[in-house]
Amino acid sequence: MSWALFWEWLIKSLVLVFGLLGGFAYTTLYERKAIARLQVRVGPNRTGPWGLLQPIADAVKLIFKEELTPANVYKVVFFLAPLLTMVPSLIIAAVIPVGTSIELFGRTIPLYLSNLNVGVIYLMSIASIAVYGIVLAGWSSNNKYAMLGGLRSSAQMISYELTLGLGFVIAILLGNSMSLVDIVEKQRTMWFGVFQPVGFVLFFIATLAEVNRAPFDMPEAEQELTAGYHTEYSGMKFALFFMAEYQKMIVVSMIGATLFLGGYLGPFEDRFPILGPLYLIAKVVVLLFMMIWIRAAWPRIRYDRLMSFGWKVMVPLSLAIVFITATGILLADMYGSLWMWTIPVASTLAGLVAVVFVFRALRRKAYERA
Amino acid sequence: MTIDLILFLILAVVAIATALGMLLSRNAVYSALFLVLNFATVAVFYVLLGAPFIAMAQITVYAGAIMVLFLFVIMLLGAEKTPGNPKWSDYILPAGLALVLVLESIYLLISRGVPSGEIVQPEASVNSVDFLRQMGMALFNEYLLPFEVTSILLLVAMVGAIVLTKQEKGGRG
Repeated sequence: MSWALFWEWLIKSLVLVFGLLGGFAYTTLYERKAIARLQVRVGPNRTGPWGLLQPIADAVKLIFKEELTPANVYKVVFFLAPLLTMVPSLIIAAVIPVGTSIELFGRTIPLYLSNLNVGVIYLMSIASIAVYGIVLAGWSSNNKYAMLGGLRSSAQMISYELTLGLGFVIAILLGNSMSLVDIVEKQRTMWFGVFQPVGFVLFFIATLAEVNRAPFDMPEAEQELTAGYHTEYSGMKFALFFMAEYQKMIVVSMIGATLFLGGYLGPFEDRFPILGPLYLIAKVVVLLFMMIWIRAAWPRIRYDRLMSFGWKVMVPLSLAIVFITATGILLADMYGSLWMWTIPVASTLAGLVAVVFVFRALRRKAYERA
Repeated sequence: MTIDLILFLILAVVAIATALGMLLSRNAVYSALFLVLNFATVAVFYVLLGAPFIAMAQITVYAGAIMVLFLFVIMLLGAEKTPGNPKWSDYILPAGLALVLVLESIYLLISRGVPSGEIVQPEASVNSVDFLRQMGMALFNEYLLPFEVTSILLLVAMVGAIVLTKQEKGGRG
């Protein structure tokens, strides 16, 4: 390993980490601004031009806040939990390609940290250990509300991980590879989101649950659990949880864009590779806006409904979608590539059937209550 | 080769330390966490041996799913503290079983000849994408029956759990 390669990796990692951290800061501002607009308010506009310095002011405030450690917490785990939440949300981005490669100082620099041939499964494994931080925060706080928040989040994340995994399977099937670079390159002809719109919607819903965003933000339901798993945390330790939540939002948007929306691909990207990261950022911003919009528009879903939605609707439907995708690919292999279009048609039908079933079940419940 | 050996030694120490920590912790949550660390260490071993897929599967399945459920149950039942001091006689049966395992692995090592201490690098195909394809083929052609039997076993366990927790008629399901 030459030193140039070492520096290249180091610089790329630093750019990625600081990009995510800066992204976190401005995602909070973006969310506050967007929600304010959706609620016909103005939002933060006092700090700097258009309120652009607001994240810095927030950071300074959080740093100078008093940090309390309650007397009866399990100290080691209590200190480790915010880190365990924070670190997975950073390292999961290591396999996401942000572009093909650029020429710089006479070297060809690929715009990804690593092209693992098991990239998708790496995403899956990091996503699955991300739950530890929240569970341990809830337990180590030695507080009933925090504990319930932690337990809720672990149950919820495990339930929706199945749908998330099946969403990964759809992308693997369509891309015929587990490497994220291959999956993106395979989308040069057509985005997977077009072939599998229902799969993308399911994946998006599962990621909302996975990052504990509204309407699935049960672990921090204020009316029921004060603040959920981070009730006892204050100061910078609370800031770490806050950071992790927004970084997870960014990262799952990156993953969703990479798997289903063509990642860094876009017009003229093959001639000017530097456009790749910009396209990815644009797609991430759109997905983030979807998340914020959902939070502004929908109330929190009740916990038992959340679980039955996960197990009785999401999992069977995504199994059916995986089946439809695999069948469509086989048909396309045998009778020509036009048969690929059976996938979106059949999966949209399956999605509609599922919507009808949910609607009828809800109406029956409403009758029972009346 | 030496850097591999150093890495192996460090990891081995971590693996043994976490295994001991798992056994000796008086708090079930700490035991579970040590076990998670142990699984992670084993996953790093797999990476060193050139099997990243197995490593990731190990983390996803054991650390990410099974141990989370373990923790979930421990926390839900509030069973963190092990009651009372265990007597020495309690250790006899586990220690005997562990001894049998150790003897078995020593026998296996010796019967294969004295190991050279070098990590045998697997064929190049293990690291390529083809490896995954080959593994899938082997799993669903050659070993289809064991695979299906395993999945039915897991299904039976799931159905059993549901039957046990299902409330009698009249209760809210």
